[in-house]
Amino acid sequence: MKRKDQEKLLQGNEAIVEGALRAGCRFFAGYPITPATEISEILSTRLPKVDGTFIQMEDEIASMGAVIGASLAGAKSMTATSGPGFSLMQENLGFACIAEVPCVVVNVMRGGPSTGLPTSPSQSDVMQARWGTHGDHPMIVLCPSTIRECYDLTIRAFNLSEKYRNPVILLVDEVIAHMREKITLDGSRPIDIFNRVKPTVPPEWYIPYEDTPTGIPAMADFGEGYRYHVTGLTHDIRGFPTSKPEEIDLFIRRLFRKISQNFADMQIGEFYQTEDAEITVIAYGCVARSAKRAVIDARERGIRAGLLKLNTLWPFMRTQVEKVLHTSDCVIVPEMNMGQVSREVKRVNKGAAKVFTINKVDGTIITPQEIMGKIREVC
Amino acid sequence: MAEVTKLIHEYLRHDKKFPHVWCPGCGIGIMLGALIRAIDRTGFSKDEIVMISGIGCTGRLPVYVDFNTLHTTHGRALTFATGVKLAKPSLKVIVIMGDGDAVAIGGNHFIHAARRNIDVTAIILNNSVYGMTGGQFSPTTPYGMKTTTTMYSNVEQAFKISELAITAGAAFVARGTVYHTRGLDSLFERAFMKKGFSVVEVISHCHTQYGRLNRMGTAVEMMEWQRDHAVTVEKAAQMNEEELRDKFKVGVLADRELPVFEDEYGKIRAMSKGTPAK
Ligand SMILES: Cc1ncc(C[n+]2csc(CCOP(=O)(O)OP(=O)(O)O)c2C)c(N)n1
Ligand code: SF4
Ligand SMILES: [Mg+2]
Repeated sequence: MKRKDQEKLLQGNEAIVEGALRAGCRFFAGYPITPATEISEILSTRLPKVDGTFIQMEDEIASMGAVIGASLAGAKSMTATSGPGFSLMQENLGFACIAEVPCVVVNVMRGGPSTGLPTSPSQSDVMQARWGTHGDHPMIVLCPSTIRECYDLTIRAFNLSEKYRNPVILLVDEVIAHMREKITLDGSRPIDIFNRVKPTVPPEWYIPYEDTPTGIPAMADFGEGYRYHVTGLTHDIRGFPTSKPEEIDLFIRRLFRKISQNFADMQIGEFYQTEDAEITVIAYGCVARSAKRAVIDARERGIRAGLLKLNTLWPFMRTQVEKVLHTSDCVIVPEMNMGQVSREVKRVNKGAAKVFTINKVDGTIITPQEIMGKIREVC
Repeated sequence: MAEVTKLIHEYLRHDKKFPHVWCPGCGIGIMLGALIRAIDRTGFSKDEIVMISGIGCTGRLPVYVDFNTLHTTHGRALTFATGVKLAKPSLKVIVIMGDGDAVAIGGNHFIHAARRNIDVTAIILNNSVYGMTGGQFSPTTPYGMKTTTTMYSNVEQAFKISELAITAGAAFVARGTVYHTRGLDSLFERAFMKKGFSVVEVISHCHTQYGRLNRMGTAVEMMEWQRDHAVTVEKAAQMNEEELRDKFKVGVLADRELPVFEDEYGKIRAMSKGTPAK
């Protein structure tokens, strides 16, 4: 059946809710925090209508635990928070990584550290999203810069988490979460929804953490007859704790392999006027909007500028970044932190281009003028 | 004996390599036996049971049993249980925790699970110590006792887990000991059959750490201490405060009908759809 076009004026947080419901989210556990609260509030009224569950937990540690539990029982699950809550979620986020439980975590960034700037925009959790929980682990982190992308990337976040059995973080900045834009939900566009692959073998043959060629074992929901053990301890292919070096090595490498052999599937972004660009801006989130404006203005003045917009922050879009590093003389990385993505850009640069940064940490956005100023300065 | 063999074959995991991690004489194994007997009597199928634990010697229990098992992070078992239960209410969710797990790091989750009265059974093995990490004091270590982090003396007051659960709003609360094994079977059985948050506190011993430091003797001697200091709820009713001073009550401490979270949430679903709640 074709879905009707639904034109709506939505806030970023609202579009995230629409995306989550469209993706099949049926469980949400959270704890209120600005600037992510709207997601909780709206889902508390929307989820019961579709026989889903909303629960306000006692804190973000509990929220993350409940989300993982619900996912193990078969529900597509999500939570939403901001910096202080994201810090509390790190413990169980690591559990989702090691036990390979699909789930989506929305972090609407605020300035930090600690309580920081509750109502001001920031992009300072890029590294926390990647490395916030302890131990070696891969992570998938998506970042929208339009309301349309809030919707699309939330669906994508669910799809990727179900497909790769890894938590996916949607890293949003306050500007995008609270601004409004007109979007058409679905309409005639086909939307792919991916559901976790379940075992087809009889229960006695099921190996819950099997080292398959894809690196992604089939996942049985609790209560379906496949009784197996899930643990946060490093485990063997049957899910039982192990301390055998060869089994540990196999397991950790598989966790990385399932992500690294599929980078192309999870890395999305946009090359805007980069083919002949001498100066390329690499940006994400709300800053990518200012960057696009600056590139348009620069082109009008005869400066060959371009933009590489990153929608996937992790795994880092190395191939795409290397491409612009090789075709441009200068690369500018503006971001609302002290240089978290620019650090990665510099790491892969190897002298191909000159890399400049704009770092703003005063709780205000980076304007097109500021980026334009830098473009002029370096050209 | 034949019955025991049957239960072992039915409920223990054959593909999990025994021996288990526990010290010889530890009470956790006794509790495991009681759990299995009680589950067998309730008639829940192995597929519908989800056994969830946190971290600690006690937290290692689910790995040995043939249910859907989930070994979570320290103190957080009840949060995972909340998600499992709400996503699939047909499942029977049993949570196994140590005293540190349940009322130190997990204390907040414990009182809130009780307050919500979610339909989950929480079993807490209270050995008055952090067994797994080598015998440090826990929130249930009595005043004046020696542990590896209170080598002079413990100056903190102990939590009473069952009383805490009652105050926080659990529908069913009982206390037993690993000495009174058969009594434990029936307390577990009643807890499993109760709709709402049910708690069974199991008084046990850690003779290798806590017992050794406090010169409390062997595992058997520590179990004799349990025998000598436990009084049934009925008997306690006949005793005065002075007589009860160094005793603890065993049996069913609370059994009441309280609104259960899942039922209440069912009403919210009906309201959200504009249909009148039942
Ligand atoms: C977040 C965190 N902090 C500390 C630990 C270390 N730790 C493991 S078990 C444990 C205490 C266990 O005590 P209890 O819950 O009473 O269980 P028991 O071993 O006595 O059965 C501690 C502190 C941990 N695993 N995780
Ligand atoms: S350390 Fe104590 S609680 Fe742990 S298994 Fe040994 S006796 Fe039991
Ligand atoms: Mg203990």
